Amino acid sequence: SGRASDGSGAPRPLYMDVQATTPLDPRVLDSMLPYLTAYYGNPHSRTHAYGWESEAAMENARRQVADLIGADSREIIFTSGATESNNMAIKGVARFYKSRKKHIITTQTEHKCVLDSCRSLETEGFRVTYLPVKKNGLIDLKELEAAFQPDTSLVSVMTVNNEIGVKQPIHDIGEICRARKVFFHTDAAQAIGKIPMDVNNMKIDLMSISGHKIYGPKGVGALYVRRRPRVRLEPLQSGGGQERGLRSGTVPTPLAVGLGAACEVAQQEMEYDHKRILQLAERLVTKIMNEVPDVVMNGDREHRYPGCINLSFAYVEGESLLMALKDVALSSGSACTSASLEPSYVLRAIGTDEDLAHSSIRFGIGRFTTEEEVDYTVQKCIQHVKRLREMSPLWEMVQDGIDLKSIKWTQH
Amino acid sequence: MAASSRAQVLRLYRALLRESQRFSGYNYRTYAIRRIRDAFRENKNVADSAKIEELLKKAKANLEVIQRQVTIDQLYSTEKLVIESPGNT
Repeated sequence: SGRASDGSGAPRPLYMDVQATTPLDPRVLDSMLPYLTAYYGNPHSRTHAYGWESEAAMENARRQVADLIGADSREIIFTSGATESNNMAIKGVARFYKSRKKHIITTQTEHKCVLDSCRSLETEGFRVTYLPVKKNGLIDLKELEAAFQPDTSLVSVMTVNNEIGVKQPIHDIGEICRARKVFFHTDAAQAIGKIPMDVNNMKIDLMSISGHKIYGPKGVGALYVRRRPRVRLEPLQSGGGQERGLRSGTVPTPLAVGLGAACEVAQQEMEYDHKRILQLAERLVTKIMNEVPDVVMNGDREHRYPGCINLSFAYVEGESLLMALKDVALSSGSACTSASLEPSYVLRAIGTDEDLAHSSIRFGIGRFTTEEEVDYTVQKCIQHVKRLREMSPLWEMVQDGIDLKSIKWTQH
Repeated sequence: MAASSRAQVLRLYRALLRESQRFSGYNYRTYAIRRIRDAFRENKNVADSAKIEELLKKAKANLEVIQRQVTIDQLYSTEKLVIESPGNT
């Protein structure tokens, strides 16, 4: 049998980092295996049974993805993941309509791939408005309305934020965009399969979907592209014209099947999962906050997805706390920015003080998280926060009633 | 519900739980057991025989999924989690 990849044989940490990635649901793996073994045909091979059966599986998966979001199958394009979908949507729409439209609106808390796509468009001569967010992480709808210009082609706002879990007012944004006939794109990677999404109800024109955030495989995602009214895109990837010419390349049937199965399972389990995750999240937050003072929850308390909890522990260094919690897999800030020592730009955008931003930890609760795991995590967290604070001279000063902001630190 | 149906449901329920206990991965094991218990509890008052038939069919299909996935999970098993100890679920 397989052993730990480092050969250590030590017990494995608990996994509480579901926003970074999720394990495959066994039902998803089960659906994929036949296409990784016996049914290996290329779904675009038109002339034999291997191709036909692979194509049938791919189209079934397409329907499963569409059903989850209230779309038509023909509106689903398979991609390599939400990063590609985001790139396609933003660059694709901007470039297609560039002769008449040169302006894009997005927010400061979007995922790096959205922000980076926008920056790259700026070098091509587009103008981008990066809307700020309020202290609770939500955008101000009045500011959105004021940001529209006569040549705005696209608004891109993520549904659920991967770092702090806040849920943007997608319905309202959709209304505002539709009224002005501007396309609305949302990165729904952290939202689909967890909260109900309907592209018609919410007036969404483009939506990015990620397989590995919803207990599906890594390396696959999808982009929803509305047909009525028609959204046109300049394709990023040229080739044989697969996926309606929008995304050439052989569709990886086993991965597409996995994404489809993940969507179907998520649809069936959404209510059950949400109820449990809400319960476990409230348990985690309540227990920690009852035991430990000076803990801040980042992001709106109400408008959020419960399974993503970002807490700042004042007077404790985030990295030290993470190291101390070595038996629990956690993160501070998102995986894609953890290489740098800079605090999260999302926390900066919601106005978190520099020191509190460095003291933040993100707890992820998912379908497979148990109450036992939550309790263990809470217990270790409380234990180490108390211990680290005991060692902190800043904490000692605060206990003595000193206002840290009044201190004049000297240079040496 | 008919006596034979009731026995059938109980047999399936026990088979599902027994098979799920064999998952080597903590999270899959606890999820399967919890989900099965909650699903059977939720549907315990269903009276319509067509609905019962449909649910039994789904349960049988799920049993087969669990059997296959348990095998794979055991083939590719790894160390226990920090909170597992001998005798613990």
